[in-house]
Amino acid sequence: MTDKFISIEGIAKRYPGADGTPAVFENLWLSMARGEFGCVIGHSGCGKTTVLNILAGLDAPSEGVVIVDGQEIEGPSLDRAVIFQSHALLPWRTVVGNVAYAVSSKWRSWDRTRVKAHAQRFIDLVGLNGAEHKHPSELSGGMKQRVGIARALSIMPKIMLMDEPFSALDALTRGTLQDEVRRICLTTGQTVFMITHDVDEAIYLADKIFLMTNGPGAVLAEIVENPLPKDRTRDGLHRHPLYYALRNHIIDFLVSRSKGFASRTPDHDSRKVPVVRIGKPEPTIVSALEVIESTSTQAIAR
Amino acid sequence: MSASLRLRAAVVSIALFLAFLAVWHLATRSAGPAANMSPEYAKLMGATATQGKSAMPGPLDVGEKLWEHLRRPFYDNGPNDKGLGIQLGYSIARVGLGYLLAVVIAIPLGFLIGMSPLISRALDPFIQILKPISPLAWMPLALYTIKDSGLSAIFVIFICSVWPMLINTAFGVAGVRKEWINVARTLEVGTIRRAFTVILPAAAPTILTGMRISIGIAWLVIVAAEMLVGGTGIGYFVWNEWNNLSIVNVIIAIFLIGLVGMLLDQVLARVTRLVTFPE
Repeated sequence: MTDKFISIEGIAKRYPGADGTPAVFENLWLSMARGEFGCVIGHSGCGKTTVLNILAGLDAPSEGVVIVDGQEIEGPSLDRAVIFQSHALLPWRTVVGNVAYAVSSKWRSWDRTRVKAHAQRFIDLVGLNGAEHKHPSELSGGMKQRVGIARALSIMPKIMLMDEPFSALDALTRGTLQDEVRRICLTTGQTVFMITHDVDEAIYLADKIFLMTNGPGAVLAEIVENPLPKDRTRDGLHRHPLYYALRNHIIDFLVSRSKGFASRTPDHDSRKVPVVRIGKPEPTIVSALEVIESTSTQAIAR
Repeated sequence: MSASLRLRAAVVSIALFLAFLAVWHLATRSAGPAANMSPEYAKLMGATATQGKSAMPGPLDVGEKLWEHLRRPFYDNGPNDKGLGIQLGYSIARVGLGYLLAVVIAIPLGFLIGMSPLISRALDPFIQILKPISPLAWMPLALYTIKDSGLSAIFVIFICSVWPMLINTAFGVAGVRKEWINVARTLEVGTIRRAFTVILPAAAPTILTGMRISIGIAWLVIVAAEMLVGGTGIGYFVWNEWNNLSIVNVIIAIFLIGLVGMLLDQVLARVTRLVTFPE
């Protein structure tokens, strides 16, 4: 790891209670480079959201520190924007009002027209022009989440933190919003830390996929590098020779390996989490079927 | 559909009102002279004895008197004879002052209670004990300490309208959705700005509901308070007219108290609707 833009260093979270209650997670080390898109996958209760809240500064770790861009984080900051699962729009403000609230919080000296113009730029970016003066209650779930994205982007954060941002949406809307997020992140080079349950979403969006074992006592089991090309498209995704190998690897982890990971891997070192690169087969003339077979057996054998 | 429903409801309302007036009129009309009596004796007797007129005024008597009041609402013939407009004005002014004082104190204090679990728990026993006290029970203490009947009435209005506002404000502030607070926190919005831009709008519907309950209670209490302190006001008017045995005026006052109470409630309902947001 050369560039550690985000560096989570040995954090743990314990909830106050009887002594000896196991931590939700413990000794978690994780780092990401600038401009990377990282996705955390794990079952419910493994503390994914807590990790994100700690990164956001909304929650404090019981142990350890988080360093972002060379500075230890202490509480929430305008450098880190959060896109909430429940969109969390202020229902008494219009679309432009919600975005402008964020903009005027970041640049307090700006006058009204400047704030509005800036907010409008990001409303246009997420394709909501025409709906500026609607209230959240008049918008569909997908449009609400677009406002959430516009609000997060408008403050030009160093990092975007997304907590299962599309899980409450229907499949079609989710697809379009994933496309939008991918387009925006690629053009702006935004660093993103995202939590998801959806394996395909992670494969489509992420550069690195962080696999977390089941809680309590969850650990980061491995980091999977996405072997798919940067210019992947939704329709071509599943035709890539490594797609199924990658997908099977993640699903195998979620289905079987995430349970009892610690007892089966006693020598797991939290500071040196294995980075898994799904083997790219030699570019020899073989049929696509063989490629899939060979890589998937490889993944299972691992 | 809804328009025709409203129309039909209005027709039924008017019909009920007319039926009520008719029954009232029939029940209180004159039944003719009760017995023969000498003209000198008849002069000494009231209309009840001479013409069989009911002791209860009929709708026509009330209507006639009401018209008289409406034509001269603001006359002032000395302490015991003032127009109804003046009396109502005194009552509304007292309610307004006591109520405003309660708003000024209850809403900031409610914010504090709602935002601080410590203050909330510390003040809870006081609120629980003070809340159920009938506001009129404070009257002697108020008269003794303030030494002014007018101010004492205002104090009684204050003490009765403060509780629903205080409790609703605290409840509304404590119940603001965590995610809205988190939005403000991630945007590094300071405490004061957060209170005004997130907590106040989020809690406003609950606060206004408390204010609406308060104005209703204040209007209920002012009548009783003015009966006690006397001098001016619609409550004093009712009691004074009872002493004058003018049942017509008592009925008119009852009607006007209801009317003003409804108007006050409507104003608060309108404001509540303004701050309510759909989710």
